[in-house]
Amino acid sequence: MTAAASSGAGWRLKKPSVLPGFGLTLGFTLVYLTLIILLPLAGLVWRSAAIGPDAFWAIASDERTLRALQVSFGTSLVAALVNVVFGTILAWVLVRYRFPGRRIIDAIVDLPFALPTAVAGIALTTLYAPNGPIGGLLKPLGIQVGYTPLGIIVALIFIGLPFVVRTVQPVMEEIDREVEEAAATLGAGRRQTIARVLLPALTPAILTGFALAFARAVGEYGSVIFIAGNIPYVSEIAPLLIVIRLEEFNYGGAAATGTIMLLLSFVMLLVINLIQAWSRRRYGYGA
Amino acid sequence: MSVSIRNVRKEFENFPALHDVSLDIKTSELIALLGPSGSGKTTLLRLIAGLESPTAGSVFFGDEDASHRSVQERNVGFVFQHYALFRHMTVADNIGFGLKVRPSATRPSKADIRARAIELLRLVQLSGLENRYPAQLSGGQRQRVALARAMAIEPKVLLLDEPFGALDAQVRRELRRWLREIHEATGHTTVFVTHDQEEALELADRVVVMSQGRIEQVGTADEVYDNPNSPFVYGFIGDSSSIPVQVEGDRVLLGDKRLALKGWSAKDGKAQLFFRPHDVEIVEGGEGAILGKVLASRRVAGLRRVELSVEDDGHVEIELPADRDAPVGSTLGFRPQRFKLFPA
Repeated sequence: MTAAASSGAGWRLKKPSVLPGFGLTLGFTLVYLTLIILLPLAGLVWRSAAIGPDAFWAIASDERTLRALQVSFGTSLVAALVNVVFGTILAWVLVRYRFPGRRIIDAIVDLPFALPTAVAGIALTTLYAPNGPIGGLLKPLGIQVGYTPLGIIVALIFIGLPFVVRTVQPVMEEIDREVEEAAATLGAGRRQTIARVLLPALTPAILTGFALAFARAVGEYGSVIFIAGNIPYVSEIAPLLIVIRLEEFNYGGAAATGTIMLLLSFVMLLVINLIQAWSRRRYGYGA
Repeated sequence: MSVSIRNVRKEFENFPALHDVSLDIKTSELIALLGPSGSGKTTLLRLIAGLESPTAGSVFFGDEDASHRSVQERNVGFVFQHYALFRHMTVADNIGFGLKVRPSATRPSKADIRARAIELLRLVQLSGLENRYPAQLSGGQRQRVALARAMAIEPKVLLLDEPFGALDAQVRRELRRWLREIHEATGHTTVFVTHDQEEALELADRVVVMSQGRIEQVGTADEVYDNPNSPFVYGFIGDSSSIPVQVEGDRVLLGDKRLALKGWSAKDGKAQLFFRPHDVEIVEGGEGAILGKVLASRRVAGLRRVELSVEDDGHVEIELPADRDAPVGSTLGFRPQRFKLFPA
């Protein structure tokens, strides 16, 4: 989404003459970003630097930290991928078909935004715990969701779904019916039309939805801690590890773990943004 | 390939869009479907393409009933008003799309598809633009790419839905001439939809005039202009005026005055007299003529266009030589030389 806004202006620092106020708005943007985002993050990095490189490295290479990061990023990645597939299908149903209850389903999609994440976590735990209604059904099959990384994924799918639906939906609405008809008259079957015409047009939006759902999942805390079971080295997520360090009054350790998460997230989002910019150009949106 | 539409009816949720339409299109013919919006012309075009299926009746391609063939199987080239190009593909990929999606047995090689695209680009006079994206082209260029894309699959029929509707007047005229040339060069059976009569009359071998889901008249430009077979066609194609008259035996009465008209036949009773503004002669003295009071007189290029009120409620327009004076308020007598009487 940010790529959409910045791609028009490009990298020039020149004042666009017909749109006055560039200097003013850029100044405002920078001040705002500094106050709201950069200052707190700088504080975080500063605090973690205070413990010294040796202590920092000890935390960064600590087995428990590494496992927690792996759980966090791994489950987030899987959840975001699942959301990309089903979120796109959901958006498709909402955009393409008119059926009774469509508006209600449309409204339900936003609920994960509004619900306190702890409530979602407790509700999901009740359902998926080994003695819960769904968990009890899955148990004989040898599948345990509650208190395992699988449970984390379920919670992250829940909170990430609206991001994919809401980014893909408007782009899908803009796709002209005639484009599909054109593909059909040229002999393309339904599958070919979806694979060669519709999905490529949706790729930038799907990537944005993926990035948002992924970023949200990495930072998620409230819903996950209830369902995860929080077993160190198995189902303990990085945000929880930070809270544990805080409760031990180990502020340096907490800040260091936070800084590592920050770096990883930043690198991943940057890569996704670059892929997105490339795909927008590739799919003819840049021109 | 000839196309035959036989007793086709189409209803959209009980709203009838076409009533029992039949039409024969000959091989290599260039046909215009002309009519106001809501006349069913686009629906008829989409039925030929298979983008809609008829409620009743059938569509034949040659001797073969194509009614139950899918769009994909019909092998028609369709050009949309708003181009409908694939924006994420280059011009060459757009043109090659129809060949690329063929099953592997009949699919040409990549190099052949590319060569075909470049050859078609030359035909539509866009050589050198094969690596551009649609967003980098002007409207006229996009429509040419759309046409090249439709022709790439060697269609049985080429169908164009208001192909120049979104373009400005200058480009329209240019593309019109160019489409005629392409048609003569390739010989595709072509059907295009338009609401622009000038476009239809200039371009098409035959014009199909449609109104309210029915075909009113099919004919060459001369036939539909000189011999309109219904009040609608008379009014829709070209300028015309009409006044209510009464037919009694061999006399045509305007009010209680007999009009000196030659060469007509009509049943007794009320009728409408149709004529074109330029098909009139002025009658000095007014014997047997239509008398009108001049409401307005405007100079239009080499002619004078005069608005007259006839018999209080009638309102007609005629054209006079520019040097013939017609002051507002004066009375003028004229007689249509070519006209038609339709029972009212």
